[in-house]
This record gives sequence, structure tokens and C-alpha cells, in this order.
Amino acid sequence: MPKLIKGVGCPYCGSSCDDIEVLVSDDETKILEVHNACIIGTNLFHHANDPTRPKLPRMRQPDGSMKEVTYPEAIDWMAKTMLKAKKPLIYGFGSTNCEGMSAVARIAEKAGAVLDNCATICHGPSFLAIFDNGYPSCTLGEAKNRADVVVFWGCNPMHAHPRHTSRYSIFPRGYFTQKGQMQRTVLCIDPRETDTAKLADHHLMIDQGHDYELFDAFRTVLRGFDIPETVAGIPREKIKEAAEIMKKAKFCMIFFGMGCTHTDGRNHNIDAAISLTRDLNEHTKCSIMAMRGHYNIAGPGQVWSWQFGFPYCIDLTKGSHAHMNPGETSSVDLAMRDEVDCFVNVGTDAGAHFPIQAVQHLKKHPFIAIDPNFCMASEIADLHIPVRIAGVDEPGVVYRMDNVPIQFRAVIKGLPGVPSDEELFDMVYERMCELTNTQPVWLAAKADRKYPESPAVI
Amino acid sequence: MAQGELIIKGGFIVDPTRKINGDVGDVAIKDGKIVEKVSSSAKVIDAKGKVVMAGGVDVHAHVAGPKVNAGRLMRPEDKLRAGTCRSNMAQKNGYRMESGFSIPSTFKTGYEYARMGYAFVMEAAMPPLLAPHTHEEIHDTPIIDEAALPVFGNNWFVMDYIRKGEVENTAAYIAWLLKVTKGYGVKVVNPGGTAAWAWGLNCLGLNDRVPYFEVTPAEIMTGLMEANEYLGLPHSMHVHQNDLGNPGNYAITIDSLKLAEGIKTKNKFGREQVMHSTHLQFHSYGGEGWGTFCSKAKEVMDYVNKTKNITIDLGCVTLDETTTMTADGPFEHHLHGLNHLKWTNVDVEMETAAGVVPYVYDPNIKVCDIQWAIGLELALYAKDMDRTFITTDHPNAGPFTRYPRVIKWLMSKQARDAVLNSFKHKDKVLDAISLHTIKRELSLFEIAQMTRAGPAKCLGLGAYYGGLAPGMLGDVAIYDLNFKDMPRDPEKIEAAFQRAACFVKSGEIVVKDGEVVSNGHKKTVWVNAKMPENPQVTRDVTQAFTKGTYTMDIRNYPVRDYLAPHPFVIEYDVEA
Repeated sequence: MPKLIKGVGCPYCGSSCDDIEVLVSDDETKILEVHNACIIGTNLFHHANDPTRPKLPRMRQPDGSMKEVTYPEAIDWMAKTMLKAKKPLIYGFGSTNCEGMSAVARIAEKAGAVLDNCATICHGPSFLAIFDNGYPSCTLGEAKNRADVVVFWGCNPMHAHPRHTSRYSIFPRGYFTQKGQMQRTVLCIDPRETDTAKLADHHLMIDQGHDYELFDAFRTVLRGFDIPETVAGIPREKIKEAAEIMKKAKFCMIFFGMGCTHTDGRNHNIDAAISLTRDLNEHTKCSIMAMRGHYNIAGPGQVWSWQFGFPYCIDLTKGSHAHMNPGETSSVDLAMRDEVDCFVNVGTDAGAHFPIQAVQHLKKHPFIAIDPNFCMASEIADLHIPVRIAGVDEPGVVYRMDNVPIQFRAVIKGLPGVPSDEELFDMVYERMCELTNTQPVWLAAKADRKYPESPAVI
Repeated sequence: MAQGELIIKGGFIVDPTRKINGDVGDVAIKDGKIVEKVSSSAKVIDAKGKVVMAGGVDVHAHVAGPKVNAGRLMRPEDKLRAGTCRSNMAQKNGYRMESGFSIPSTFKTGYEYARMGYAFVMEAAMPPLLAPHTHEEIHDTPIIDEAALPVFGNNWFVMDYIRKGEVENTAAYIAWLLKVTKGYGVKVVNPGGTAAWAWGLNCLGLNDRVPYFEVTPAEIMTGLMEANEYLGLPHSMHVHQNDLGNPGNYAITIDSLKLAEGIKTKNKFGREQVMHSTHLQFHSYGGEGWGTFCSKAKEVMDYVNKTKNITIDLGCVTLDETTTMTADGPFEHHLHGLNHLKWTNVDVEMETAAGVVPYVYDPNIKVCDIQWAIGLELALYAKDMDRTFITTDHPNAGPFTRYPRVIKWLMSKQARDAVLNSFKHKDKVLDAISLHTIKRELSLFEIAQMTRAGPAKCLGLGAYYGGLAPGMLGDVAIYDLNFKDMPRDPEKIEAAFQRAACFVKSGEIVVKDGEVVSNGHKKTVWVNAKMPENPQVTRDVTQAFTKGTYTMDIRNYPVRDYLAPHPFVIEYDVEA
């Protein structure tokens, strides 16, 4: 009898929907049907059925081919490589669980590595703005229950976060927003007429790269000063109208995406957005939220903040203390300057996302990819170690885009012999300790540590 | 818990739970617990000429959870103030890297508390929806035992039941929430005001109505105290009152404390109070504005001294640059309007909110100096030290690593005067306070009451923590202080409490000569008050999830067991 598992978290975007229902085979090895998820999420679950999924690590041979090796061999190689490297870079973590992020930190401390996550190429500028200006935000339920004005700035959830608008921001009927979309005024600020813009009540088609000016214009208007006839390609009257809508809102919610963080101005745009949010709080209630990309990309920012005090770009090479200086200790900059001598790609695809020059530099040195599937990084790697898929055959905590921890569950049994990220990192760490003749440090005694059960069903 | 036997020999024992004040004696520990005696093969720790106390108990500190982490994340500059780095030895022996000053990393939090000889810390505010985060951090905090208080004062269910006068339903909801979040007791932060903040409003008076919910802060506090006693929880309602931090708020503070009158304690854990009023320093202000700002510590303590069913902690300002963080969302917004530094806010659906703002308690600013004096005045006007506890509301009034400094100020008038004399606006400060007229210097016995016996009893943990009687947990701190010949230089008192000569946690030596030598065996403490299932509450809670007022699935809401791998559960049946 197939089993229907409810309340499953989806391992795709930062919306981290946890209302998915998955029908699995009686022996809990196959996913048969996926309900409620968007098309991308559905496909991610079905990928787990792929019979060609790697089950053993593969090591690059002198002739350039890849050969399957055992896990102990791979772990030994990785441990030795990490110890030998002067400045290894461990990067990724958008798509794995927090248990893995916590475990990798032990390796990073032991190896004296740089720890970085995908924020370095997406919402890193948002972090810089938060360092300067704070982050007046809320959980997504607040937006759902209260927001009567929703602003999407430089983001396109209809494509990037397919269920965001139906679960949290536009359509849902919340406690104080019983009429759903009818009760909400949606503003979209985007140089393109995206599908989100088509959905909006007001689309401010901004000149590309002029976000800062428009944020500034809104603030100026809100403070009662006059602005030029057009700012960033938007007529004065339109800006005043939009500012008035935000000001008159009972609860105004601003979502921003990489249209703000990766256009001219970068962190300054976010800085202005946060200031605008703050200013609006003089008139009404207003919150702001970054549209985080992956289902657990908020996770490393949280885990490493409590462990090292910094969300990303964490340089542990000094051994005595953690040090963060984006630009100096950020992955792409390190790679472009050819400063790292070993690269570990975990749960992301630097091969696809990094500039080609950065990848070329990284490729000169040992390159390790840890990923459940084949990807560009795994295909250029010297060692590819497959792991279980967090959220499909491995449970664990993930942080939604609003930093709400969601305890994901596994729906099927993992491939036999394939470890989770956490188990793999713990084994590598133990091997590193063996090689250096030191005692591994587990904050909780190893024997007592309980790995999440698989599959975890309450 | 460590196996084996240990004996701490020849120290001056200070243990208020057994009225021992400096008698020379031994403390024997077997298998992690204090025992009458051990065999001759027990490992000996020589404590001759040193003070021996139980492990410290911190009743209120923000050490783990989402807002603490929001503070860490938004303040990279705080790391520059960390001071010491991980030594080569610590690196070699595998102690985790430490970082941060006012909001230290979890590793540093555990190590620093241990170095000060603290065994138990209460995380003061856990938003229930984000409970897994709090437990993940607790898991990553070495050595110290921790528990967390979920916040109830602005919870929709609670406000609804209280409006309808349903004590039993309130209690059943509390019992359910403690169980699913692995929480310890009932925390209340700016009752009603934080709920109003979701619309950008606040409740500053006890009889202000909460928008939509139509209850008042006074009704919420009374209702929660009644529900708390209905359940007979180990700890009482733990309240951060309304109108925090504003001049003239002492009147509303006393009015709130008066709500405890007539409410009777009911529990099996030795607790005597029905209300714990936290960081009272922030609530003992006189004056009509910042110009006339002054201390009303005497007035507040006069009331506390004569009311037996109340306990308090100080929330001493330590004159540092620190990070304020509280579930009092509207206050943080207000504070940000005062100092214009960065502001982080997190409103949590249906439950609570939180704010974070950095703050500099500058000794050159009159108001900061008066705040500093008020915290100490509260302690020095206190008559019952078993009901008055040392805190800095870490990190709000100062980091917990300043407890030794607060102890120094309380134990030495000379040290207090030195600070007073250093103030730029000394004359104006003296007009607004009475600290300079107080000659009282607290004894080691009183300090042990305020940091050990008292808070343990107040938390209902008196059977395990805060004393050295046989049967209690083997948590013993040894300080390099000669009870018979206390140092004249107050700095030496601070130094001794900053770095314990030795700290034994659960029967294992974790700190020696001020250095951490073990990652210890920590525990997560939580309460399971067992009640028959309440169909009304089950229905209400389920509907909030199925109708989508929450954005999470109810199956993913309870904290899973593996996140708290070393539970120490206080489990009992509620007698209705």
C-alpha cells in the first residue's frame, strides 16, 4: 500500500512550503506522486527516483576520467587534502540542512578554511546593508494576516518563488485580510513587465539601475519635500501616488530581490530600502523582507552567526579568531585572486554560478564537490561525493526566507550506503583528527548524539 | 554526567541553602551528584584558602534564539570588542573558536559562563514558532545547562482565553505549548503592547486595550498568573512589564507588582513567589522627561520588600557598549528613535515580536549614569536577598560577562565611589540618585543568595541547583578569595569571580585556573505539565494551522526530540 505523507517541506525555493503531500511506495523507496508543490518542487521530488543517481564517490584519474571509489577512500582523500591546503574554501549550502552546516564548521575550524555560502553571490549586499542599517522584518504569516499593501521590488516571485504569492503575499485570505487579493494593493517596481508586474495594481517601470534614486524619491516625498518631474523614469505624480498608498496602508510589506542587490548601487539600494521601511513606520506599520532564493539559504547565515558571529565570508584561517571582510574573504574575490588552494562545493553549483575566470583559478587546485546529483561542479571536480537529499531522503532543520526554522522530514529511505551531509562531514572530521593525532570535539558526546531518524514521521 | 568520585577539600563553604557561611569543609561528589562522603580513592581538589559555592544560576539572560542571533548577524563590529582570541593551546586541544562581546557566539557563551562558575542559564524569551532555532543554539552552547521561557503575553490564544475568563483553557494551552516547544515556563513581555505593535501601536498603561483582542495588560498578567498557579509550574509568571525604559514608569511598575496581591502560590517545587519581575532597573524611573530623570529604586524596593510573593532581578547597567534585544518590539522602535543606530525588528505571527538595537551606555551621559546607579540601589535597598537576583538582562543593560563587576560594586562602596567620581556630570547625577548615601556592602553569603540559592528556588529548581546539599547536582565553583581575609582592592573581587579557580560541572572538572579544560556535559531543561487533553484548546490550535493563520504545518511545529539530545525533563501531573 502506498503511503501518503503530509506536511512535507519542499526542497526548492526560499518559500520553503511545508504543506506538500507525497505519496510513496510501500517500501518507502520510490516517490509516486507529489501534491500541492509547484512544478519545480514536484520535479525535485521526482528526481530522487532517478536510477542514475550517484551512489558512490568518484575520483578523477590521471587520464582525466572519473572512477568510482569507496566512501572511506573518498573521506581519507578529502581529509588529507583539507589538512594539506593552506587556505581551503568551503562554499555552498543553499540546498542542504542546518545539521550539515553545523558539522562542516568543525572541519573548517580544523582545516583553517574560509566558510562561505551562496549569499555571497545573491543576498550578500543585503547583509552589508543590514550591518549598516538593521532589518525591520517579520514572519511571512504577518504579511499574510495583515498586509494590505505589498511591494515587490526587483523580484519576480511568479517565476522564482512560484507559491509565494498564493501562500503568503497576494492571494491568501489571512486573519485580518479575509478578502485576499481584493483587499491588497500590489505595487511592483521592475524595469521589465514580469508576470508579477502584470499581476500588480501599479507597475512602476523603473529605468534599469536607478533603484536608489527611486527609493530616495519615496523617502523625500514621505518627508514632505518636492522631487523632480521624473525620477528613474517614473513621473512625479506616479511616485507621489505610490508613496501615498504605502503611507495609507494599515500594514505595508516590502519584498525585494536580486533586482536590487545585483544592480547598480547594490547594498546601497537595500540600505535605502531599509531606511524607507523605517520612515514608513513613522506613519504606519511597515516591514521588509529579502526574497531568499533557496529553501535553506537563510540557514548558513543563522548557523554560522551563532557559531562564529558572521553570516558569510568567514575566514577561519587565522585559527585564533573568525574574520569577515566581504571583498577580501568572499568566495568569488578569493577565487579571482587565486588565493585559495582547495575548493569544496557543497549543495550548490559553483561551476554554473561563478564567473568563468574564478572557476578556472579554482580548478587549478583540488576541487571537491559534495552533491546528491551530477552538476557542473561535480563534472569538473577531482572528487565528487554523493550525499542524501535534505528534504527528500534526509530530514533536518531549514530556515525559510523569513528565518523561521522548519523541521523538514524525509519521505523515502536514502540510497543504501549514501551518508547525509552531516554524517559525511563528521566522518571527514574524525579522519582529520586521526591524521593529526587529536581528539575530536563533539559538544554533545558522540555516543549520545542522535541523528534524525529516517524517515521522520511524527 | 561524569562517572567517578571527587572531593573538594578545605574550602570556605558558602551555601545559603544550608545557612553555611564560610565554614571550612569538604564537598564530595559521586557520579555527578553531591554526596555525604566518598571513598579514599576519590580525586582530590584542594580548595584551601578559597571560597566554595554551588554553580551559579542565571535567572534571566538572552543567550540563544532568533533575536540573539539577529543581533550577532547585524553587528560584525561587536566581534572587534571581543578581547581575547582562542589561544594556541585551546586550538590544539580542540576548543571551539570564540567570538563576540555583548552577543557572544554560542561557544563563547558556554565557555564564559563556565569560567565564571555558572552552571545553569535561563534563556529569557523564546518565540514558540521559532523554538527549533532556540534549541539548535542551546545544543551548540557547551557546558552549561539551559532552559528557555516561551513568551505568552501577546499570544492570540492566551489573549482570547483571558478575555473570555477561561483559566483552565489558558492553562491547557500553556501546558501544550511548553510540551511542544520544550519550554520551561511562562514569560510575559510588555503584555498587550507587543501585540499592538503588530499594527505599529503600543500599550503603555495597565488598562490600555489591546487592539482587536480587547483585553488589557493587567488582565493578561492576572490571567497568566492564575493559569500558572492552576498548573503549579516550577517557575512563576516571569514578567517584563509595560512602559519599560521611560521616565516616570515606577508608578506603573508598582501597580503591576500589586497585581500579585491575593494570588496564592501552588506548586510542589518549593517556589514561593507568583510573579518574577525581571530587570527591575528599567522599570524604576522617576521624572517627567530625560531632564528630570531620576531614581525611584527606593519606592519600588519598599513595595517589593514588604510583598513576599514577588521576586525580582536587577538588570544592572554596566556602562558598556552593548546590544539591546527584547520581545518588546515597540520599545526597540522607540529606542531606535532616541539613538538613531540600526534597528532590527521581527514580528512573529500570532505570538510575539522582537527588536534589536545597539546601545552605548556612555559614562559621560547623565541618564546612563543614573541607570547604572538605579540597578545597584535596587540590590542595596533589598531586605530579602533570596528574592533579589543579580542580572544585567544580558545583553540589554550589559553583557553577562560583567556579573563579576556588578558583584564588585555591590560588595565595595569604594568601588562604587570610584565610578561615581569618574562621572562627567557627577553633580547632576548625585541629585537624581541616592546610591552615594548608601554604605551597605554585600557579603559573600548575600552574593551566593543572589546568584545561587535564590534564583534556583525562584525557578523551582532548588532541589538540583543553587546549593551544596547531598543529592543536588555536582556543580561547584571555587573562587580564589579568602573568606577570612577579603582583599582590600575591589578589583581582586572582580578578578576572582571573572575566572573561577576551578569549576566542577556535573561532577567533571570543566575549568581549571580560569581556563576551560572540557566541553562538559550540558543538559536542556524543560517542563512537561501533564493535563488531560482539552478538546477546546486542541480544536482552536488545530484550526489556527488548518485555516492558515499560521504559515507552517502543525506537524512541523513541535520541536523534535533530536534537537534537544540531553533532556532533563521535569514531568508531573497537574492537580486540577
